Amino acid sequence: MRPNSSAPQPDPTHPPIPLMPRLTWPSLFTALMYAFMYFPIIVLGVYSFNDSRYSASWDGFSLRWYRALFSDRRLLSALQDSLTIAVVAVAISAVLGTLMAIGLARYRFRGKALYRGVSYLPLIIPDIAIAVATLVFLVSMAVPLSLATIIAAHMVFCLAYIAVVVSSRLQRLDPNLEEAALDLGATPTQAMIQVLIPQLAPAIFAGCLLAFVLSMDDLLISSFTAGGGANPLPIEIFSRVRTGVKPDINALSVVLILGSALLAGLAEYVRYRSDRIRQST
Amino acid sequence: MTPASAPIPSTTWAARLAPRRWLGPVVLLAPAGVWLLLLLVLPTLLILEISLVPGLRLGQPSGGYGLGNYLQILQPVYLRVIGRSLAFAVGSTLLCLVLGFPVAYWLALLSPRRWRNLLLVGFILPLWTSSLLRAYAWTTILRPSGVFNTMLTTLGLPAQNWLNTPTAVFIGLTYSFLPYMVLILYASLEKLDTRLLEAAADLGATPRQSFWKITVPQTLPGIAAASLLVFISTLSDFVVPTLLGGASSMNISRLIYNQFLGPTRAWGFGSALSMVLILAVSLAIALLLRYGDRNTVTEA
Repeated sequence: MRPNSSAPQPDPTHPPIPLMPRLTWPSLFTALMYAFMYFPIIVLGVYSFNDSRYSASWDGFSLRWYRALFSDRRLLSALQDSLTIAVVAVAISAVLGTLMAIGLARYRFRGKALYRGVSYLPLIIPDIAIAVATLVFLVSMAVPLSLATIIAAHMVFCLAYIAVVVSSRLQRLDPNLEEAALDLGATPTQAMIQVLIPQLAPAIFAGCLLAFVLSMDDLLISSFTAGGGANPLPIEIFSRVRTGVKPDINALSVVLILGSALLAGLAEYVRYRSDRIRQST
Repeated sequence: MTPASAPIPSTTWAARLAPRRWLGPVVLLAPAGVWLLLLLVLPTLLILEISLVPGLRLGQPSGGYGLGNYLQILQPVYLRVIGRSLAFAVGSTLLCLVLGFPVAYWLALLSPRRWRNLLLVGFILPLWTSSLLRAYAWTTILRPSGVFNTMLTTLGLPAQNWLNTPTAVFIGLTYSFLPYMVLILYASLEKLDTRLLEAAADLGATPRQSFWKITVPQTLPGIAAASLLVFISTLSDFVVPTLLGGASSMNISRLIYNQFLGPTRAWGFGSALSMVLILAVSLAIALLLRYGDRNTVTEA
């Protein structure tokens, strides 16, 4: 092993930018900011294994909070409520949002600008305003608040986010493929289901993941549309942590963070795969 | 499908759809449109209406229309809440910009190219976790007997009691929205034409000069877009001021929340506050569309 052989070779396809300001402080500062981003998460992780009830001092390694977590019926049923809401709202929104994105890309009609503007509103209007408006509307229509009303309210932002992600993919799509299918005798419906939808699949999936994460994270809209009928996880966590530190919530955080890291990894993998396919065609 | 002997039908989109032109748009656009109309547009119009009914409370007969709810917002106690919300938003947006720009700059221009995507994903990964739990994490850090004070006393510095003060809100908001800032600035810096920097260097500019005269002006639309987006999000945040700010950090979202789910049940007043918040956000969006780089935002 010669000492030089392991030295990093400059990438021939991307020559380094000459005469860039060669300061080291940006890299040092960036490292510090990475530490800032992960510090709270690491603190939660460490304390979730702490035997102390008040987690002020380190009283030794313990799994007691994880045992407490997995025997906490109330918390587990809250998790189940949240998963039900997110899965149902995202599944319906995937269909509605994708259809809306295709419709907006394909047709011109009177009031299209207005329709498009309304479709962006859930991304723009603050959650608290949407939550308040939905509550007032449901009460004035005498709709009883329940799990179903949370799902209905979550669908509003889920379908908007899915439509935005699908729309941006549609803009970069080759329209010739679908026309070819039509020329070869496919009906418009066949062409859409067998040609267009498979091309959109990575974007639909990415939009669904985003909507799922937002639905699982939502506190305000759920709080205003739940009534006594349902108790999703953010409401349960919020009511517990408001009154101080709860070590079993540390354990829950670690479980949820691992879950979302898994989802993030999945999302990046799908994006990487679809980028590769796009580059090779 | 079509027998070869049959006359070749016109297979263009328009011709196929001609007999039922309305069917396609209706099937594609109506379901989502109806949903948005029913659960977003109508409810928003409804709170606009009840915001114009002074003194409306749940379960009480209401009087006629008037601007009483909006005039109530002008009382000093509520103006202070609005001022505080703006201060939280402006302060944490500036903090995000100052902390986020060097990170985005390093990621877009200086980081090893092979690891660039992974490094960016690594920085925004915390966004995938619950915002509630990330705010809660800071309560365990900033508590009087928390990690932060343990670190300070170990270093021989005086302990700080930051939890339940505006300081904790600034820390929490900056922490929560820094990844968005970095993501949008990165998208903007990545498009920077580095040949301009080379040319400037060839012509004798110092790195500092080319940074202020080229990099910053070239990415100004991205900076505007990122800042306005973070401003909008921090202006209406509820979780961070509630969990970290305590009673001294009442902002507009918490005030609205209390009008509906708190003891007062002043729905008319709460609706008026919501309309003011929507108006403020719309103004920021109008600025974004006017001065910001829309493409950078949608790409991010």
